[in-house]
Amino acid sequence: MSEDTAVTPTNRPVPVKESQSTVSALLSSAAGRNTGLVVALVLLCLAGVVTAGDRFADVDNVLTILRLAAVIGVVSVGMTFVITGGGIDLSVGAIVALSSVWATTLATQGLANSTHWIVMVFTALAVGGACGLVNGVLIAYGRVVAFIATLASLAAARGLAEIISNRKTQIVNVPGFAAFFDASVLGVPVLVVIFAVVAAAGWVLLNRTTFGRRTFAVGGNPEAARLAGIDVRRHTVLLYTLLGLCCGLAAVMLIARTTTGSATHGGLYELDAIAAVVIGGTLLSGGRGTIAGTVFGVLIFTTLSNVFTLNNLSISAQAVAKGAIIVVAVLLQQRLARRSGV
Amino acid sequence: MPHKRTTRLVAALTLGVALTACTGNTPQNTQSGDKGGVKVANDEPGKKVVIGFSAPAADHGWMAAITNAAKAEAGKYSDVELRVVEGTNDVNLQISQVETFINDKVDAIVLLPFDGAALTPVALKAMKAGITVINVDRQFDSPFAARSTVLGDNHGMGVSAGTYICEKLKGRSDAVVAEIAGIDSLPLTQDRSKGFAEALANCGLKVSNRVAAEFTVESGEKAAANLLQAARKIDAIWNHDDDQGVGVTAAIKNSGRSEFFMVGGAGSANVMREIKADNGSHKATVVYPSTQGADGIRLARLAVQGKSLGDLVEVEVPRQVELYAPVVTKENVDRYLPTAFES
Repeated sequence: MSEDTAVTPTNRPVPVKESQSTVSALLSSAAGRNTGLVVALVLLCLAGVVTAGDRFADVDNVLTILRLAAVIGVVSVGMTFVITGGGIDLSVGAIVALSSVWATTLATQGLANSTHWIVMVFTALAVGGACGLVNGVLIAYGRVVAFIATLASLAAARGLAEIISNRKTQIVNVPGFAAFFDASVLGVPVLVVIFAVVAAAGWVLLNRTTFGRRTFAVGGNPEAARLAGIDVRRHTVLLYTLLGLCCGLAAVMLIARTTTGSATHGGLYELDAIAAVVIGGTLLSGGRGTIAGTVFGVLIFTTLSNVFTLNNLSISAQAVAKGAIIVVAVLLQQRLARRSGV
Repeated sequence: MPHKRTTRLVAALTLGVALTACTGNTPQNTQSGDKGGVKVANDEPGKKVVIGFSAPAADHGWMAAITNAAKAEAGKYSDVELRVVEGTNDVNLQISQVETFINDKVDAIVLLPFDGAALTPVALKAMKAGITVINVDRQFDSPFAARSTVLGDNHGMGVSAGTYICEKLKGRSDAVVAEIAGIDSLPLTQDRSKGFAEALANCGLKVSNRVAAEFTVESGEKAAANLLQAARKIDAIWNHDDDQGVGVTAAIKNSGRSEFFMVGGAGSANVMREIKADNGSHKATVVYPSTQGADGIRLARLAVQGKSLGDLVEVEVPRQVELYAPVVTKENVDRYLPTAFES
């Protein structure tokens, strides 16, 4: 039944026979899609340079864009795995909130102060991973549709975050923690380095390992994957746990950026992450995914937001532009899918 | 125009600085004439000031009015260039907006943070970069993060509302008083409720029924409908927020009840018009100025240009300005209507 849940794509099954040829077609079209994304990003940057000149092309401004992209970027890389595996996770923002709160309680901070700040990092990762595990088990073994299971987690995790924090903002007073994450490596902020490492690791994991191949198989056709000897349920649990860990890491980054943990952190991150993944070229129905595309997707949205900020543009125009980009990306995707699928 | 400004700056202000402790909030009116000269001096165009402005998403009337009032205020000065960025409830995004201002080397940043504590690190960074940061409404958790802070008086709102209800219900110790709070998690809501309870206790009353909404029309309707079900008879209701009050009023109309009077909060124009017309359940509202951002713009300009606050003897802009929370009734509504916000 995990098959059923994982497979939204029953209307467009990938024939097992053709999988070889589709893989090669996929590779080429994926490259093509990435070219499109690069072009889009370059156009955006051109728009930035033309409208804002030196203010846009400044090193500090580029770092500002990257720092903004880092937190949501880590979540989006994890989301790429889940969506490629035929799932969806609406609870990522809530998991970020819960992890950030749990890692900044007085108890955790006290422990961190008496031992080492890394305690906070492990706490956030453990909480995020556990949430992902619960999601995965509910979906794979509890046979709850992913959309519903993670919708429930969204409500529950944010509620729990509010209970733990008593709906207050928790301020971090662990000196080593702030010092570590505020630092730069060769001029690149640590947060950006973390994003780069996560993206690189994600790319290797998805494209160069058995785990990655299984993810494509499970997302493309779970039944075929099962017949091929893949433990689809176990793999589904792993995918959601991986995303949970990414959320925990994103929470650590957000704590570092804000020096706080709060139940309001990560608001609507699920939409931002899914949007970045989808415009990156990963199919919402599963079976195809690209980490590079996701990274470009995140960068396109954050650059867009930056260009709008620099140009003093209205509060609502940016949302309209974002919506338009998503629609264009999905329309393009459907055309590509039709061409290669049928 | 000078008169309007005086009203806002002097009349409705409590100056929360030590050096003004002697003057307090006493100068209510009568000052517009003799101090006019000082104000004109301050209004003279000085060196160009670039101000960055960032606030949370304009998802209710009060918050929208904050940004609009700030823009309007900046428009009055030829020496102010205001850069307004998209209002957001995502602290990660708001931090990057402030970083952009720092990169741009603006002269001042007027910041109404979504979460004061979360925006503190980046505000500190801006101050270290030599930028004058003016903190509005929601306070940072470090005194070094802002040159000056403009605050509304949430506790005072509760006190004002409670005191007014005490006066109206004089001598009735069995009166049923209900409270419709805003977002319960926010410290500002807790402050308002605390002040309200204290003022009521002062005259032997207490809050009999309390519900919480979320500053939105929809949540106000829901909370009020529940409240009216829970309490068969009510004498007075204090609703924290006039934006959610639109929903509260709708729920009251649906219930057909009218045995009580209502006191609003924040001070929206439509509630003030209702008070003026005296044709609804609102008999009063307590102001939480939506012109705080505009005051922030003025303070930023003065601080950067090295000018002083006109009516003070002190030559520097104060560290903190806490605005007063007056009760608006039919008698004095005309004074507050011009600066009220549309919800």
